Amino acid sequence: MDTSQRKKYWKENLRYLAILLSIWFLVSYGFGILLVDQLNSIRLGGFKLGFWFAQQGSIFVFVILIFVYVRLMNKLDKKYKVNE
Amino acid sequence: MSIQTWTFIIVGLTFALYIGIAIWSRAASTKEFYVAGGGVSPLANGLATAADWMSAASFLGMAGIIAFSGYDGSVYLMGWTGGYVLLALLLAPYLRKFGKFTVPDFIGDRYYSNVARTVAVVAALFVSFTYVAGQMRGVGVVFSRFLDVDVNTGVYIGMAVVLFYAFLGGMKGITYTQVAQYCVLIFAFMVPAIFISLMATGNPVPQIGFGSAGEDGVYLLDKLDGLMTDLGFTAYTDGSKSTTDVFFITAALMLGTAGLPHVIIRFFTVPKVRDARKSAGYALLFIAILYTTAPAIAVFARTNLMKTVQDTPYKEIPTWFTKWEDTGLIAWTDKNEDGKIQYLPGPAIDGKKPEFSESRGDYGERIIYNFGKGKNELYIDRDITVLANPEIAGLPNWVIALVAAGGLAAALSTAAGLLLVISTSISHDLIKKQLAPDISDKKELWIARFSALLAVVVAGYFGIHPPGFVASVVALAFGLAASSFFPAIVMGIFSKRMNREGAIAGMVAGLGITCYYIARFKLGWVGQEETSKAEHWWWGISPEGFGTVGMLVNLAVAFLVSKFTASPPEEVQEIVEHIRIPSGSGEALEH
Repeated sequence: MDTSQRKKYWKENLRYLAILLSIWFLVSYGFGILLVDQLNSIRLGGFKLGFWFAQQGSIFVFVILIFVYVRLMNKLDKKYKVNE
Repeated sequence: MSIQTWTFIIVGLTFALYIGIAIWSRAASTKEFYVAGGGVSPLANGLATAADWMSAASFLGMAGIIAFSGYDGSVYLMGWTGGYVLLALLLAPYLRKFGKFTVPDFIGDRYYSNVARTVAVVAALFVSFTYVAGQMRGVGVVFSRFLDVDVNTGVYIGMAVVLFYAFLGGMKGITYTQVAQYCVLIFAFMVPAIFISLMATGNPVPQIGFGSAGEDGVYLLDKLDGLMTDLGFTAYTDGSKSTTDVFFITAALMLGTAGLPHVIIRFFTVPKVRDARKSAGYALLFIAILYTTAPAIAVFARTNLMKTVQDTPYKEIPTWFTKWEDTGLIAWTDKNEDGKIQYLPGPAIDGKKPEFSESRGDYGERIIYNFGKGKNELYIDRDITVLANPEIAGLPNWVIALVAAGGLAAALSTAAGLLLVISTSISHDLIKKQLAPDISDKKELWIARFSALLAVVVAGYFGIHPPGFVASVVALAFGLAASSFFPAIVMGIFSKRMNREGAIAGMVAGLGITCYYIARFKLGWVGQEETSKAEHWWWGISPEGFGTVGMLVNLAVAFLVSKFTASPPEEVQEIVEHIRIPSGSGEALEH
């Protein structure tokens, strides 16, 4: 794999990380902490939405994020033929 | 059959299982001892990581902490799960590609410096020892509560079991026992949770149940908020911590989780980079099952408790209450002399634990010396939430015995993972890498085994004689991991320009300021007492959250210093290029 290919691979990887980590930040620090009072005025069944994100929703999203990352990276590895 | 008999049977069976696995998975080389030969499947590694991660505190304490702190408890839920996203995206795949045995290995090689390696070893030892002491204590406590033996005897039994499989199998033995332990602990956690959720709301899924309505059609959380605000508590779904503090504590726990050596080394055991990513996903999935159930149990337990005890005459209280009063986890003083229990905000007692006298009061309650001035009459230990829940809900005896086995599985699996880090730090990072590089693999393996033995003995000693600061060490362990390992590793992967001088200066600065802050505001070891109170916290950040600041200081110092010092040598930059590309990781490298 030559240097320019490597650079491209790394850049795409970083782009995925930036997107996924923004979502990670948004659901926990955003919805669960900084915006919790505003979101608490919205209801999700018996839950106040902000409280739900802090104690349930953020954790579900974390799990999904990792599996999405696994899929994206497996595809990326194949594209650049660096998969094993 | 009695609870006692059931407990002996179930705990005995699980222990026999762990020992059987240990004999089956003996390690024959250092590679098997340190990283289980690098051949663990992602699913098995995910299960083992989850067991490794969830300690006695997660199993027994978590639901209780949330039950008694409501929204504020979210810091633990998010903090101890969100770290896995960082781990999966920023650390695990690259460290797996790097392919050595330990975290100090990476730090030492990437920063071409034995000083950096030594700083990392010291931090790893410190973090692991503080953490393991609490686990051994946890084993003792579970034994003493369920099997009626002395706490110290419980610690000895725990030491013997852990030693057995750590000594024989190293990482290989630990990995496969942890797989079994995860199954035991999650079954033990979920069975009572499902029963209780069904009883409270008719929905068997606790995660949905606690957002549903009870028989009267009122949502459970609204009812609980109402019960609490009526009595002057903060509403359950509102916190009493400041937003800044919640933010910083959550961040410190996440960064610390991603930086804990006993978690990181689990990802050295899988065959490929791809597997490291996937097994981080599995690990978090398995952890999330418990972590999303805990807040549900917390709500059920708190509601149940408030409804059962509030203004109930002591004479009519259910038997579980008096049983746990006998063990000292509950204490009641009839302050307004009406014979009824008033459970109100504020501490019921002076100090941390009730001090019981031998005599009984007018209603048969145990008399305590140190009841406080406030109106609150009831002292409740938070651990009771998980321990007593099956009894409060009237579940069969075998379920209660199962909880004991689950608590032991949680404590033992975490202790074993930590002990491995300690023994590896001594035999590999200190002896093989620094003091005696020429020893043979066979010799190193025996040194590793004896360091494990030594580590168990030391951990057992701390379990029996817990140093006063053990209760507050969790803050310390996470703070130190967040302010040292996490930034050092991430910079090592994502910045090619980061050099030896920057990394060492960063780690020392981060560790230094975090230690100082915790020593001053948590332990009271430095500074004047009158200037070390909560109102003197810097920017209102509690010691638990200060690891985040330590991490930022580490980053800032590292970048500043590296700007004014020489770039890392060519071959180190090559290492960085190498670990960024997944292919060709092969097996974990021999030395």
